[in-house]
Amino acid sequence: MPLTSAFSIPFSRFDIHKMWSLTDITTNIHDWLNETFSPTWVLIIEMVIAGIAVIGLFAVLGLVLVIMERKVSAWMQIRLGPNRVGPKGLLQSLADTLKLLVKEGLTPGGADKFLFNLAPIIALVVAMLLMAPIAFAKDFQLWNLNIGVLYVSAVSSLMVISILMAGWSSNNKYSLMGAMRSGAQIVSYELSAGLSILTIVVLAGSLNIPDIIYSQADGWWIFKGHIPALIAFVIFIIAVTAETNRAPFDLAEAESELTAGFHTEYSGMKFALFFLAEYVNVFIVCAIGATLFLGGWMPFHIGNWEAFNHVMDYIPSSIWFFGKTFFLIFVIMWFRWTFPRLRIDQLLNLEWKYLLPISMFNLILVTAIAILKWHF
Amino acid sequence: MLEEVATSTEGDLVINVGPQHPATHGVLHLVITLNGETIKKVEPHLGYIHRSIEKMCESLTYRQFIYVTSRMDYLSAHINNHACALCVEKAMQIEVPERAQVIRVIMDELTRIASHELWWGAMAMDIGAFTPFFHAFRERETINDIMEETCGARLTMNYMVPGGVMIDLHPDFQRKVKEFIKLFRSKVHEYDELVTGNIIFRSRMKDVGFLSKEDAISFGCTGPTARGSGVSCDIRKLYPYDVYNKVQFEEVLETGGDSLARYMVRIREMHQSISIIEQLIDNIPEGDFQAKTKAVLKLPKGEFYTRVETARGELGLYIVSEGATTPYRIKFRSPGFSNLSALDTMARGSKLGDLVAMMGTLDLVIPDIDR
Repeated sequence: MPLTSAFSIPFSRFDIHKMWSLTDITTNIHDWLNETFSPTWVLIIEMVIAGIAVIGLFAVLGLVLVIMERKVSAWMQIRLGPNRVGPKGLLQSLADTLKLLVKEGLTPGGADKFLFNLAPIIALVVAMLLMAPIAFAKDFQLWNLNIGVLYVSAVSSLMVISILMAGWSSNNKYSLMGAMRSGAQIVSYELSAGLSILTIVVLAGSLNIPDIIYSQADGWWIFKGHIPALIAFVIFIIAVTAETNRAPFDLAEAESELTAGFHTEYSGMKFALFFLAEYVNVFIVCAIGATLFLGGWMPFHIGNWEAFNHVMDYIPSSIWFFGKTFFLIFVIMWFRWTFPRLRIDQLLNLEWKYLLPISMFNLILVTAIAILKWHF
Repeated sequence: MLEEVATSTEGDLVINVGPQHPATHGVLHLVITLNGETIKKVEPHLGYIHRSIEKMCESLTYRQFIYVTSRMDYLSAHINNHACALCVEKAMQIEVPERAQVIRVIMDELTRIASHELWWGAMAMDIGAFTPFFHAFRERETINDIMEETCGARLTMNYMVPGGVMIDLHPDFQRKVKEFIKLFRSKVHEYDELVTGNIIFRSRMKDVGFLSKEDAISFGCTGPTARGSGVSCDIRKLYPYDVYNKVQFEEVLETGGDSLARYMVRIREMHQSISIIEQLIDNIPEGDFQAKTKAVLKLPKGEFYTRVETARGELGLYIVSEGATTPYRIKFRSPGFSNLSALDTMARGSKLGDLVAMMGTLDLVIPDIDR
């Protein structure tokens, strides 16, 4: 599908809800632009608006997730966390960003300058590209791609290139080891993540993200898909935690072993870009998890409880989406502040000996369920 | 497999862990030869925090040199001071009042708990869990507060002097210690829930960093490191000092020899220490807290040696006296130095990540190794 609809197409097939939608606003803007400018300019202007929206969302997400992580960790570690800058310390991450912006971006003498400076930008671009097919609210999507899920798994695997590049070009043994670990880890865990995504694709019968969401109008896949969907969900969460290099799989950084792993030599804004990309990646994988297993922006419905379902419909779809996503982010943060780190061989054992066979078997099971229409 | 790793020379990667590195908890410098992630050799380099404490002690009087020893193993400052006081008392044949002896033992055991708490948090941090550190410090703070009230210091106490202790206990001491025991008993299960029972933790610890009984003895390992390998070496049991022979406690022994065994020894030792404190806290005899001694101490000519059990192992103090007011020569036998020497044997053939876990279970305090 060409990149025409920077603002999404209204979807009316399953439009059983009378949920408030952002489509009206985007359609109005689209119409007004079409009246005022020629179609080429409309396309350009819409793409610029979409680009600014992504960059804005990117920056805001980075700030919010950093302060969220610090507050969650503080809560788990019986301490207060940042509480000086702004009300209840909520502007702390803004202050930190400012600090990183004005800091000198050092390039070590022995480093490969070109690759060294390119690596954080690739990390950032990959994270930004991943934003495109995600449905943030009802009918609100930057790029309605018919292979949305495939696109996400394909692009997210580019992340490893930036990490390998950073590790190699730093000319530092710790960085190199971190990058090698990370390469082995991301490539392995992608398989499980991909297979658990496939289970939902099999159930929903589509790779298109809105299609998958609409297929959950009568219940989320995690409830409809019996135990196999639950297994797939658990494997998905484990695999994406590893894929985003988060604890307990943070071997690429592993500060007690490798000081800071692949970004040991990075400072200032270049470091901040890695940092930002990591958090946005966490957001994206959680958004994908929420979309596939928890119904994306679909409200929570219980069978025939009409009144309850009606009340749920009044909650805006964006709140449903962000609520589910942030719940998953919280779970991943919970892991980080509770578990010790795995060793590299244990990490690979877990993937190749346990998660991969289980998810393969699970996929076969789900295929059988989908063919025999055993799901709800 | 092990020999193959040890003999092949291709693909060697030499990395310096330290002197500034988050895993070494100080300025220890390890030169590690790696084959991929597998460790071929670990070579500790010392001396980054050498302050020539032994030499300094030679120009300090027998009352003064105790203050320097608090800075050696700063996590068991009381016990270091205790060793010095014991050695001077042994040389001058000073009779220490029973009250002072009981106070000393209580303080020692509180220090041991505080030290093990810090070790527990720091070791969990070494293997990548951050939260236990704060849980450990929650209880450790209570001990520090108790110390602060009585000794006026939280880390380098300088509380024990030849002949007893420096000042009497704070009136609140007994109540606070009992409160601490209650707090500790109510919180200690969190340690097991958060770390000991964790499947990742156990897989990181089990069968890792194996130290056989023979190796432990030949490297001169002491304390929980040796007891994890089944070597009975608790000085409090073998050569009791002060009132240790009057209290009931059991020498904690584990036979595993791996990181988990050393971990379990320390966890169980905390419970033993609590039990020692419980036996003594209600039975502190009345009387003097310090024996009457001369203002200037002069040791008779000769050589004197005492040993005590610190939180890390056996601390020996060897004084050579020429009959003057200052020692002719002082030598400390620090537990950390011998325990560190076993690291190479333990680490060969295992992964880099495990080295950090092993160092965690050795409970190294670098100023204690270097002095």
